[in-house]
Amino acid sequence: MARVDVRKTYKLYIAGKFPRSESGRSYEVTDARGRFLANAALASRKDARDAVLAARAAFGGWSGATAYNRGQVLYRVAEMLEGRRAQFVDEVSRGEGLTARQADRVVDATIDRWVWYAGWSDKVSAIAGSSNPVAGPFFNFSTPEPTGVVAVVAPQKSSLLGLVSVVGPAIVTGNTCVVLASQTTPLPAITLAEALATSDLPGGVVNVLTGRVDEVAPWLASHMDVNGLDLAGAGLLGMDLEATAADNVKRVLRPVDPDHDWAETPSPARMLAHLETKTVWHPVGV
Amino acid sequence: MAKKFDYAPAPESRAIVDIRSSYGLFIDGEFADPADGRSFKSVSPSSEEVLADISDASAADVDRAVKAARRAYTRAWSKMSGAERGKYLFRIARILQERSREFAVLESLDNGKPIKESRDVDVPLAAAHFFYHAGWADKLEYAGLATSTGRTPQPLGVAGQVIPWNFPLLMLAWKIAPALATGNTVVLKPAETTPLTALLFAEVCQQADLPPGVVNILTGAGETGRAVVEHPDVDKVAFTGSTEVGKLIARAVAGSRKKVTLELGGKAANIVFEDAPIDQSVEGIVRGVFFNQGHVCCAGTRLLVQESVADEVLTSLKRRVSSLRLGDPLDKNTDIGAINSAAQLERIRELSQIGEDEGAGRWSPPCEIPERGYWFPPTVFTGVSQAHRIAREEIFGPVLSVLTFRTPAEAVEKANNTPYGLSAGVWTEKGSLILWMADQLRAGVVWANTFNQFDPSSPFGGYKESGYGREGGRHGLAAYLKTWDN
Repeated sequence: MARVDVRKTYKLYIAGKFPRSESGRSYEVTDARGRFLANAALASRKDARDAVLAARAAFGGWSGATAYNRGQVLYRVAEMLEGRRAQFVDEVSRGEGLTARQADRVVDATIDRWVWYAGWSDKVSAIAGSSNPVAGPFFNFSTPEPTGVVAVVAPQKSSLLGLVSVVGPAIVTGNTCVVLASQTTPLPAITLAEALATSDLPGGVVNVLTGRVDEVAPWLASHMDVNGLDLAGAGLLGMDLEATAADNVKRVLRPVDPDHDWAETPSPARMLAHLETKTVWHPVGV
Repeated sequence: MAKKFDYAPAPESRAIVDIRSSYGLFIDGEFADPADGRSFKSVSPSSEEVLADISDASAADVDRAVKAARRAYTRAWSKMSGAERGKYLFRIARILQERSREFAVLESLDNGKPIKESRDVDVPLAAAHFFYHAGWADKLEYAGLATSTGRTPQPLGVAGQVIPWNFPLLMLAWKIAPALATGNTVVLKPAETTPLTALLFAEVCQQADLPPGVVNILTGAGETGRAVVEHPDVDKVAFTGSTEVGKLIARAVAGSRKKVTLELGGKAANIVFEDAPIDQSVEGIVRGVFFNQGHVCCAGTRLLVQESVADEVLTSLKRRVSSLRLGDPLDKNTDIGAINSAAQLERIRELSQIGEDEGAGRWSPPCEIPERGYWFPPTVFTGVSQAHRIAREEIFGPVLSVLTFRTPAEAVEKANNTPYGLSAGVWTEKGSLILWMADQLRAGVVWANTFNQFDPSSPFGGYKESGYGREGGRHGLAAYLKTWDN
């Protein structure tokens, strides 16, 4: 007789811990053909607010870490992803309805994408900063700084590669984030969280929520302690969410075409979107 | 204390400006009457004299201007090489320099700011802004902003721009120069209380033979601005003004393709440490909050002074503020001009009264207020706590709130305790402390041992509710160019 396997409970990832939804709710996750896979946590408004609190608490330490340190931590995450690749291939193939070979390529691209962003940590200042030749006796320079807490609505179809393609650029520069996973295919996001939790990423830098986009995203968009909003996977909800985000002048990235091929080579655009430019002046003289 | 010197009046002649009795809208290279014939008056805030009758643009006029801008974009401006575009901008810079005194006098008449500021700051910086951006026009492929579609970054199309009344010509330059250099065409709405230098700028465009429709200037109030922002054929919205209106704009463009930059309000901390040279710091405090009557979004309105030197700084500050001269904006000795409008004066009065009611100590030097016009004496509030409204809300007038701190960490905590994040000042002799403070302050511009410095090569813009996007420098170009999507 075949052994009865031990199945995983898929929970939220908030402040480095794996709580169930405070609401006690869950929802049924199926594979691409509608067969039961797992019960995922159905995040509530309170979970979203807890996640923002955790992200805010982690911001000082993460943004204050050296760029070299952040790069090494993120590279360490890639090492953890590699170690779990079989699990990712399985979840992506079942969730997105891909063949094992297709899913394999998606996981390859995911890990490589993570490494790509990890390497940007100590280079982004070189492309986004400047020394400014002002017409006066002043030393003047501009440097990029992270915007703060970024809420991310992850792509709906590309549940792993799309996810790391929006989380990576947010956190590599020192932001912390709350990411709302693909609603229909949330399992790879939770497995990613498990990789994050076992790397050296401080708790709270990435917080993962699973649940309904139309229920949770509005609370993130209206939250007054969220500074940026990436609506990559928000689709038609994007317009209302963008309008809500104006309440505290959040920086908004508009929805991405749902059929966007996330395997395409990225540009620095998503990193630059979550950065502020600070310009410092000081007089020069004896 | 030494007796204040008496200065003889030294008024700049207003004969150099020729203000017409009425102005049309500048659309497609010509002045035209507004569709529904409505107008309003522009008043000199220092005398309440009516300066001119100004057209009030309606939605139909906005549509006409956007169409002209689109035509100019499609047929002329987007087809022209960067080098040719740049030469037009150089021409504009030169004409602004040639006619600088005219612009300075007109600005001081219409806005109320002292002539020494319009003459030495606003107008030269406006010209410098055009000169700086002129050079970018044919070098955009080297700006590090290349797109996925090719090496040369592409313009967005038609830019709708709405600017405030505090630096009318300078804000126009901040908006128009980068838009044109990057290949966009423009529909610009100046503030309703200060339209005259923008209308004179329209003449500059004519003198420069700028192709018709590349720059369109529509005068009007909030409704005109809304029509510009919401017009479906506008590709880019740039706004400088209040955070309140900025939020309305961000909501209005939600879900559209429009790229937006917002430069909004501020409540900057100016932080003085005990080792700072007191006299220099006091000059910086005065420059930080009383420059342009405090009608400055990045004004240093919250003085955070280290407890050990608070009395000394305050004594010195009061002595210095007592020597400021308030009066005729056209007088070359004037330090503080008129408040821009009756409405703004009312707001400053109201918030100052609230400061008093909430228990802060109010002080102003003995100060003669002219009989006509809108005036407010330089005012310092002491004993201000962070909960006081005068420490939290933007007053946009010559009003300083003084708070104290003991440690650098406390200074940072207090400075960052605001929804705004436009600018900050730090005064200390200790280099490592300056750099640590500059790192900790959540603000887009940090002035260390100086304040209120501006330059076209230096990016300017805010964090948090002070807006997003930068103006000036390489960074400012990105606001007007198509950049990568992902």
